[in-house]
Amino acid sequence: MQHIRNFSIIAHIDHGKSTLADRLIQHAGMVDARQFRDQFLDNMDIERERGITIKTQTVELSYTSRSGEVFALNLIDTPGHVDFSYEVSRALASCEGVLLLVDASQGVQAQTIANLYAAMDQNLTIIPVINKIDLPSADIDKVREEIEHDLGLDSDDVVLCSAKEGTGIVDVLEAIVNRIPAPTGDAEKPLAALIFDARYDSYRGTIVSCRVFEGRIRPGDTIRLLFNGATHKVEEVGVFGLAREARKELSAGSVGYMIAGIKTVADVRIGDTMTLDTNPVASSLPGFKDIKPVVFSSLYPISSDDYPSLLDSLEKYRLNDASLTYQKDSSIALGQGFRCGFLGLLHLEIVQERLEREFDQSIIMTVPSVQYRFTLNDGTVVTVENPQYYPDPILIKSSAEPFIRAMIIIPERYMGAVMKLCLERRGVNPRVAYPTPARIEITFDMPLAEVVFDFYDRLKTVTQGYGSFDYELIEYRESDLVKLDILVNGDKVDALSLIVHRDRARQWGVQVCDRLKDEIPRHNFKIAIQGAIGGKIISRSTISAFRKDVTAKCYGGDITRKRKLLEKQKEGKKRMKMVGSVMIPQSAFVSVLKAKDE
Amino acid sequence: MNKEEHPGLYIHFPFCRSKCLYCDFYSVASSAAIPDWLRAVQVEALLYKERFHAFDSLYLGGGTPSILDERDLATLLETFREHFSFLPGSEFTIEANPDGLSGEKVKALKGLGINRISIGVQSLNDTDLKYLGRSHSSKQALEALETIRSGGFANMGVDLIYGLETQDIPGWRKTLDRVLQFRPEHISCYQLSFEKGTPLWKMRAAGRASAIGEKLERAFFIFTSRYLERRGYVHYEVSNFARGAEFRSRHNRKYWSHVPYLGLGPSAHSFQDGSRWWNVRSIRKYCSLLSEGKVPVEGSESLTREQLNLESLALGFRTRDGVDLRAPGLGPEPGETVEKLCKLGLAKINNGMIQPTRKGLLVADSIPLMFCG
Repeated sequence: MQHIRNFSIIAHIDHGKSTLADRLIQHAGMVDARQFRDQFLDNMDIERERGITIKTQTVELSYTSRSGEVFALNLIDTPGHVDFSYEVSRALASCEGVLLLVDASQGVQAQTIANLYAAMDQNLTIIPVINKIDLPSADIDKVREEIEHDLGLDSDDVVLCSAKEGTGIVDVLEAIVNRIPAPTGDAEKPLAALIFDARYDSYRGTIVSCRVFEGRIRPGDTIRLLFNGATHKVEEVGVFGLAREARKELSAGSVGYMIAGIKTVADVRIGDTMTLDTNPVASSLPGFKDIKPVVFSSLYPISSDDYPSLLDSLEKYRLNDASLTYQKDSSIALGQGFRCGFLGLLHLEIVQERLEREFDQSIIMTVPSVQYRFTLNDGTVVTVENPQYYPDPILIKSSAEPFIRAMIIIPERYMGAVMKLCLERRGVNPRVAYPTPARIEITFDMPLAEVVFDFYDRLKTVTQGYGSFDYELIEYRESDLVKLDILVNGDKVDALSLIVHRDRARQWGVQVCDRLKDEIPRHNFKIAIQGAIGGKIISRSTISAFRKDVTAKCYGGDITRKRKLLEKQKEGKKRMKMVGSVMIPQSAFVSVLKAKDE
Repeated sequence: MNKEEHPGLYIHFPFCRSKCLYCDFYSVASSAAIPDWLRAVQVEALLYKERFHAFDSLYLGGGTPSILDERDLATLLETFREHFSFLPGSEFTIEANPDGLSGEKVKALKGLGINRISIGVQSLNDTDLKYLGRSHSSKQALEALETIRSGGFANMGVDLIYGLETQDIPGWRKTLDRVLQFRPEHISCYQLSFEKGTPLWKMRAAGRASAIGEKLERAFFIFTSRYLERRGYVHYEVSNFARGAEFRSRHNRKYWSHVPYLGLGPSAHSFQDGSRWWNVRSIRKYCSLLSEGKVPVEGSESLTREQLNLESLALGFRTRDGVDLRAPGLGPEPGETVEKLCKLGLAKINNGMIQPTRKGLLVADSIPLMFCG
């Protein structure tokens, strides 16, 4: 156990976390140059495309230190986006220390701070690492100062590296073995293992990633999941190398995987504790949360026949991403589906993409919503996260919506633009701090609903990528909420309804109508799109009809060509939803809330 | 499938004096291979001797088959008559171009039993003709019309192209008026289209030619339809007008109603018993395959019931007769969509048929899709 180190890398997005991880893996000699792909840990296509880590990946590195000892280093990768804070916290709980990575030219950013607090919460050893020191714009002294002042860490502890160039990697590895404590724990005590990740394998069932704190786990043992008391017989345990490598046992201090033929997907919860059925531990490990989603959207199969297969996919998906919640839902326009809860809009998009790519599902997602609270005249409080269940307005005494505290760090020159953006999004109570010269930290109280849709994208646009953003939920505040309905050629499309603040209703209505105008293809008849509150039309757009599409000639070979085109169009139509006789493309349902790029 | 009707025979003659800029039919501007083609097409006819009987139409298209000399044409027709049977009163059509259509030629055609000439006039405006890359003048075209009529052809089809950027509606009407003086039994009015691979397509890509746009295309179409209908023509298909139901092109209608047809010659398409096949699009390959005793077929498809139904819709909605309300391609409950079509003024119900209106014909390509899924 003295030669095990369990650690994570935490960083603001784009500060080079994946590159550093790659470099550490390369140094351990696990991957030869031929096998090496950049961002080794980010093995999902989406992660590679977007350059962000979504799911935690673990890898065990073997490192021979300068003192000649051989260490097993467990690198537990963490997601790098605000949406995934629970997953980050569970991964961190499995470690004794973290590398806190800061970009040498950008310095400390909002998320660096948020991640640092998360690591401090877990009482972890923190090693500040300044990365990208090779950049011409690198300002190491300034960043050292920020680490000292903004983060309250000792700048003498800073390790310098350039993951891209491969410099300073050994210093980083030495700091890991010398400064991060070895795990403690007693292999003879009852088993207590933390589940920090899980994924589903169609041959082996659930593969659970865990950190063993006390005791040991061997094939043949019967384990019990404390969350629901379910028991399973262990088939295999092992560690994560390039692939899974089976071991005889995992004992206190180690990180690895366990396979127990768990087919009941709902049994495994991230953050849950595993113990032995015969000799259980008295209490769960701390920190288990039933994480609460903040953004809700309904998910429907494009073809209603695919409902059972979508249900199955969701069950399997959830195993790997415990933060997704879902329950049955139905819509007049879209049929049977699921109301799902997400950690944020990025999470929502990722779920959509992964369901399509990994599970081959064709789905429609509806307009995202947050959870609103309505107090009715008779005093009852109803929680509504689906606009379909917006109460009868006559019965509503008051309404409230969740507010967040948004923290934004930007170079000073963007202050005006960011203030304007936040005020547009109903931000209140702005506070400005100057953590370092030339940079400011703006804090706003804002309705979550104004942030979930595209706030982060807009912020990046107005700050040319320099803005960093983090938020926490603070409280529910009273708000004047109305339901905005969308009508397509007079038919209400329930899946497009949304709850909005009265002052913003017209603006939303106009935006939704405009977006739908771009999203819905021209038909051979005119399409009117209207936004309405109650019975009152507040916005409108029109898609003009195409009035000529016929081809002049249709002889011998033209017929086959024409049919093939029709067959293709028919296939495309399957990816559309019919509202009356209007075909609405799948993409329209979510895109309506994204402002156009200016 | 339409089995009660008689099949048609199509011969593709892939040679022209020169290539027109808009044309995507397969033809070459050299006559060197005509003798090879003549031999090959007769061999090909022999291959289908047992499979096709009792044609009631023959259509010699191309290309410009009117450039074949009388002797060759006689041999060809004789071979077809030898291998296949033709019903009494069969329609024998030849496509012709104005240049080189002499009185003697017309007389000879008549003598060979050809009873219908389809002449490619395209326009009677010299600017238009130049734009299209035609090898004749408007004067020659008028003379050709005269020649056909004085040669005693009682069934004449005139092909026209409209909607050119060089043209406006009054100019187009002038062309129509002059053509109408000859009272053709049939007029095809094709809206100019930019077909992939043609010189005109490339000119448009290079910015040297452009389409007139949806609004004008629509105006031209509606004008043409109304103008000709007022002068006694039936607008029976998107691009086709007949001076009375009996003058609708017997041959072309087979394409639109799944009646069997045999196509001989390079690139020709055939259809029989739910199968469609098409010949290689190369004279050289066509001739060499046949000389080796092989069929010159490049590809084929066997249509499923569903595909046939879909085609029936696509083809049906291009014709004024329309689609039978009970057509299986419409799906189990077409009522709502039919009602919508009628409400939008795109179709009318008449005698159990859904018949596209003029406005409906204009969007005929999108109507079948309204019934799918």
